[in-house]
Amino acid sequence: MKPEVLRGLVDLAYLASALIFVGGLKRLTKLRTARSGNLWTAAAMLLAVVATLAELGTIDYQWIAGGLLLGSVAGALLALGTKPQSALGPVALLAGFGGVASALVAVSAVVVAVVEPGLPGTVAQRIGLPGATGVVVASALALATWLGAMALLGGVVAFAKIQATAGKSIDVPARGIVNSVLLAAALAISVAFATVVDTPEAVTLALALLGAAGALLGAALVLPFGKKEMPAAIALLNGFSASAACVVGMTLDNAGLIAGGAMFAAASFVHATLLLDAMNRSVASVVFGSPSADAAGADAESRAYKDVRSCGVEEAAMVLEEAKSVVVVPGYGLAVAQAQNAARELSLQLEKRGIKVRYAVHPFSGRMPGHMNVLLSEADIPYEKLVELEAVNPAFGETDVAIVIGANDVVNPAAERDPESPLYGVPILQAYKARSVFVIKRSLRAGHEGVKNPLFEAENAMMIYGDAKKVLQSLTSELKGGGMSHAA
Amino acid sequence: MTTGALLIAAYILALAIFVGLELINKVPPTLHTPVLSGTTAASGIAVIGSLYAAQNTQSTLAAVLGAAAVACAAFTLVGGFVLTGRLLGSKQKESRG
Repeated sequence: MKPEVLRGLVDLAYLASALIFVGGLKRLTKLRTARSGNLWTAAAMLLAVVATLAELGTIDYQWIAGGLLLGSVAGALLALGTKPQSALGPVALLAGFGGVASALVAVSAVVVAVVEPGLPGTVAQRIGLPGATGVVVASALALATWLGAMALLGGVVAFAKIQATAGKSIDVPARGIVNSVLLAAALAISVAFATVVDTPEAVTLALALLGAAGALLGAALVLPFGKKEMPAAIALLNGFSASAACVVGMTLDNAGLIAGGAMFAAASFVHATLLLDAMNRSVASVVFGSPSADAAGADAESRAYKDVRSCGVEEAAMVLEEAKSVVVVPGYGLAVAQAQNAARELSLQLEKRGIKVRYAVHPFSGRMPGHMNVLLSEADIPYEKLVELEAVNPAFGETDVAIVIGANDVVNPAAERDPESPLYGVPILQAYKARSVFVIKRSLRAGHEGVKNPLFEAENAMMIYGDAKKVLQSLTSELKGGGMSHAA
Repeated sequence: MTTGALLIAAYILALAIFVGLELINKVPPTLHTPVLSGTTAASGIAVIGSLYAAQNTQSTLAAVLGAAAVACAAFTLVGGFVLTGRLLGSKQKESRG
């Protein structure tokens, strides 16, 4: 086969692979299709690898085969030896290694072009590319080196922090300045590397400095992230790994690598902001600012809470769609918002989808004993759907989603766990046992007893801030429209 | 790479970034970790570049660096995909009760 025909076929295979990637990642973000999404992206990657090997043709395969075998076995062992509930640490490591692969490719290219020949000349001249193109390629080599080093050390630090029992956010002193200086240094050395550095020794030194600056930047970037913010840190590192892969694609003139790297980098940075949004933080505040700056605008009640995650109605609807059983826990907030009819509308919508809906009624919910029974019967919610405390508590363990509507003290797990709590010993609805808990509440304000509720900080809990009636109505219309009708 | 190829690369880059920005816009909270693990696996796309480096016949050092890169990228790819599969598998088992 003629080389240009082969090249065309390989590029077509990359295009097919990119399209399968797009479909796969889309499927990965939906509960019903997530498993197939993972298979799609794996298949797309396999296609891209096979296409690349086909282009390389009959060459010396020993290094490739050895590397593939070693890496695949180590990866499979790591994945199979990891418990799903402690997956985050290994994911951080994997993110780091993806990045360092690109850095090694860049170093290898510089070794071939500059270091081993030992001849003078800038990197661009040694690669044999004239003018702007040469500068772009040389810059790409520099970028790949420090982005890759950044992902590696960032990943290792993230892994260590996740595994450590304390895992607190470590405040790098004046981290805004430290990060800015490191970033400026990496950029300045990159520019010098791409334009003026013109002896093999200086090129080697510049490359080493780039690697060091990148690695330090990776560590400084990840250290301020708290344990619960680690997923966002990993998403950022993924973004750097993918960016490094993308710039390596520029040096190789490889369309598949450019497209895939850029796409994954953009998607990962978006994912990082989504993860931080859910915790009411921003990328800038973690990277450059102090954590207290975020809390400054917040009231005293919400400052008592750490790591509370919130989500929007659409995300909540996506989880509800896939549930089999839902328990609604109404509280005083439901009464205040007069949301009992909205609650009924939502349960009718859920039942239409074959989801079992029950209401957990605590005798002390609301302003007076039996308040909830009165409200729910006003809304014509059948009596048999109301379940009393003793009956519902064992059922929470088998419940997919608990929706807590404006209830607080009656679902406070401190009543069971914390002998210091004024609620200690009070029987509660064990909503915390459900697989996912959505708490619809206007703010993090304390309930009647004025105590903090650790449920709001739980791993499986998500706050949906807003007026109970409005939130329930938009949940209902989300479910009606299959998630397409609402733009908010 | 010629200047023309550079321009095409810029086109691909710009369009791919826009596709990427739209790819993940809503994630149900229970899927955040699997999506994270899945995008980590995808960052193993560096394997493509690594394959080119590992087949270098002019320089043993370059080939060794390339082989190390292939190993790192394969580690991310295989580890990431298997782990994502396990995360999603356990989710499914859970919801079956």
